[in-house]
This record gives sequence, C-alpha cells and structure tokens, in this order.
Amino acid sequence: MANRVQIPTNNSALIAMIADEDTVVGFLLAGVGNVDIRRKTNYLIVDAKTTVKQIEDAFKEFTTREDIAIVLISQYVANMIRFLVDSYNNPVPAILEIPSKDHPYDPANDSVLSRVKYLFNTESVASDRR
Amino acid sequence: MLFPFCEPKKQNYWIQRARAHTLNTLSLDHSLCSRSLSPTSFPVGQILCSLKGKMSGQTQRLNVVPTVTMLGVVKARLVGATRGHALLKKKSDALTVQFRQILKKIVSTKESMGDIMKTSSFALTEAKYVAGDNIKHVVLENVREASLRVRSRQENVAGVKLPKFEYTSDADATKSDLTGLARGGQQVQQCRAAYIKAIEVLVELASLQTSFLTLDEAIKTTNRRVNALENVVKPRLENTISYIKGELDELEREDFFRLKKIQGYKKREIEKQMLLQKVETNLPLRKGVSYNASQNLLSVGEKDEDIIF
Repeated sequence: MANRVQIPTNNSALIAMIADEDTVVGFLLAGVGNVDIRRKTNYLIVDAKTTVKQIEDAFKEFTTREDIAIVLISQYVANMIRFLVDSYNNPVPAILEIPSKDHPYDPANDSVLSRVKYLFNTESVASDRR
Repeated sequence: MLFPFCEPKKQNYWIQRARAHTLNTLSLDHSLCSRSLSPTSFPVGQILCSLKGKMSGQTQRLNVVPTVTMLGVVKARLVGATRGHALLKKKSDALTVQFRQILKKIVSTKESMGDIMKTSSFALTEAKYVAGDNIKHVVLENVREASLRVRSRQENVAGVKLPKFEYTSDADATKSDLTGLARGGQQVQQCRAAYIKAIEVLVELASLQTSFLTLDEAIKTTNRRVNALENVVKPRLENTISYIKGELDELEREDFFRLKKIQGYKKREIEKQMLLQKVETNLPLRKGVSYNASQNLLSVGEKDEDIIF
C-alpha cells in the first residue's frame, strides 16, 4: 500500500516565509533567508501595500518549488488567502501558521486544527470557527 | 446424436443447457475468447469476470461455472478475504492510536510556539531599539545563502511512511554577518539566538503536522478497504458459494433422476421379453439390470468355477 505522493528525502531544504516585516527580519537574522543566482528569494514581506494577488502568487510558488520543505505564514496573512491554505492538501511542504506581533496566536483559525475539531469536545481548541 | 443417453424429446433441453454454458464462458473477459474455450482450463481467468445479478449494487454473485473446482477456488478466496479483513482492521486501529498521540503533541507544541514567538519578538524590538532602526535594511541587504536548512527523511510507522524534518545549520555561512557592528551587537546576538530557538520548535511542529496529515490519509484509505471487504467482497463470495452448491445439488438430483428413469425403462423391457420368451433366467444379468439377481456367494458349490490362468 504505497503512498501516492512520495515524500522526497532532501538533505538541504529551505524554509519559506510569508510574514510582516519584523518577523521576516528576525528570521533572516537567524539565517533562514536564501537568495539564489536568479535573485529569487524564499521570503515575501507583507505590508500594507501588498495585494492579495501577490500573496497568492508567492504562496503558489513556494508550494510548488521543490527545495522548500516548510512554509511559515503569519496568521493574518493566512486569513487573506484562507481558501488557498485550506484547499492545500500535500504533506510537503508543510504549512505552519505563526502569530505576529500585532495578532496573537488564535487556534480557532488554524487550518489543520479546524479540520480535526470533531475529535475534540465542544469547549476546547478549535471549536469557535464555523 | 449429441446426447445419446436420453430420448429425442429431451435433446433440445440438453442442447440449450450446453449453449447457455458456452455463452457464459464467452461473456467473460474478451481476451479469453481467443483462447480455447474448454471450461476446465483457466479457472482463475473465469473468475475475473462480470457480476451476475442486479445492477443496483446490492450483493450479487460472481458469474462462474458451477463446478467442484470452482467451489474450491471461491472458498479459498473467501478465506483470504476474511484474513485480510482482520489484518486491515488491526492496522487501522494501530494507525488511529498513533494519530491521537500526534494530535496531542501538536496541540501542546502549538501553544508553546506562541510563547516562543512572543519572546523572540521582544528580543527583536530590543535589538532595534539599541542598534537603531536601520538594522532592517542591513539584514535585508545581507541575505546570501541560507545557513539554516531542513533535512527531510521518511520514517516507517505501523507500515505507513511518515515524513520527518530535522533542522541542520551550516555553520560557516553565519559568521560573515556585520549587522550591529556599530552598536547593539550583543542584542543582535541575543535576538539571533532567540529566533534560532523559535526555528527549532517550528521545524518540529512542521514535522508533526505533516505526519498528522499523512496518517489521516492512510487511515481513511485503510478504513475504506475494510468496509469494502466487509460489505461487498465477502457477501459476494458467500453468495457465489451458495449458488455453486445449489447448482451441484441440482445436477446430482438430475443425474439420480435420469438413472432411476433408465432403470425403470429397462426393467419394463425385460419383463416384456420374459413374458414373451418365458425361458431364460440370465436375461436380467445380461442386460445389466439387477432383477432378482442377488446371489449368496458363501453357499458352497454354486456356479463359480475355478479361475484358471
């Protein structure tokens, strides 16, 4: 019973980021940022002027690139492209929603947890959504 | 004469049965038609065939030739299906246990991630305050190769391949960073350390999340197979077995009936001849019908001659 999607064993995969400026700067400081020869970066800084289309395009690009294993996305950004994030079903790359400075972490909005809210009882984690 | 053992009137009936039988064999997989159509060859091939019965999806039976060989083959398949069903159920239970464990870990890790991100944000604000707001631009300019990378492997858990991420750091690439050289170097270093710790937690969380999603898929597939075996395959095989048994019984009854009829005819012929001839006592034996023919082999001196080679 083989998996239909083979997870590639990759020895040096990157972490992509779609978040606000401060978060991205912090992660770049830690050394996660990568610019390759074609000037393609693995992060997208989202500010007041970024359009939803740009965010969508970046998301689609990051999820189809083969050398990216994890995509970190701020929760308020994820809310803007909620439909894309929810319909994304591949195990790799993994989509993680992180809180940002102005928007603290809200488990009710998390796409993964909301999928399994039937496993919890009604008062706990992801029950507020829908 | 196609069927010499019966009267002419019954010929049509037997011809029809033979025709139906060949039609059955022909209605199977079209690739089988080009090969020889003897009903005993390719018994397995005949089972890979269409279903007979209503199309409404209720339990039907397989369209097979009702012979004893077939009965054995279908019984073996039923045993296989039963064993497979039990095994798949066990696998599904094991996967569900793993699933719940991972879920618990995910919930707790997500909460701790919220805290860690808060601390790293504070560290970043401190660094910005001390080193001036410009470090943003310095950092953005200085991006080269990623020094923190992620390694993905596959782990086999209860028969399912789950992905696992580990983070590795490329040590030489980090050193050439001149951020905060003028002021605030220490804060920048602290900020960096805080964010590296955040990345560790995030990588572990990503690993948990992907195994969670993969396990979910695997559990759905296994449950689907268990249900299919239990509600479709096994009833179908059971129906086929009862159909074959019924047909075999009917054939046996027909045979028996035919035999009795023929014996009846022969008895009446002999009686007629005996009435006409009134002589021979060996006539029943010669015609092959037991008619007052039982003899006492133990009584001495009767009829049996010595066997001389």
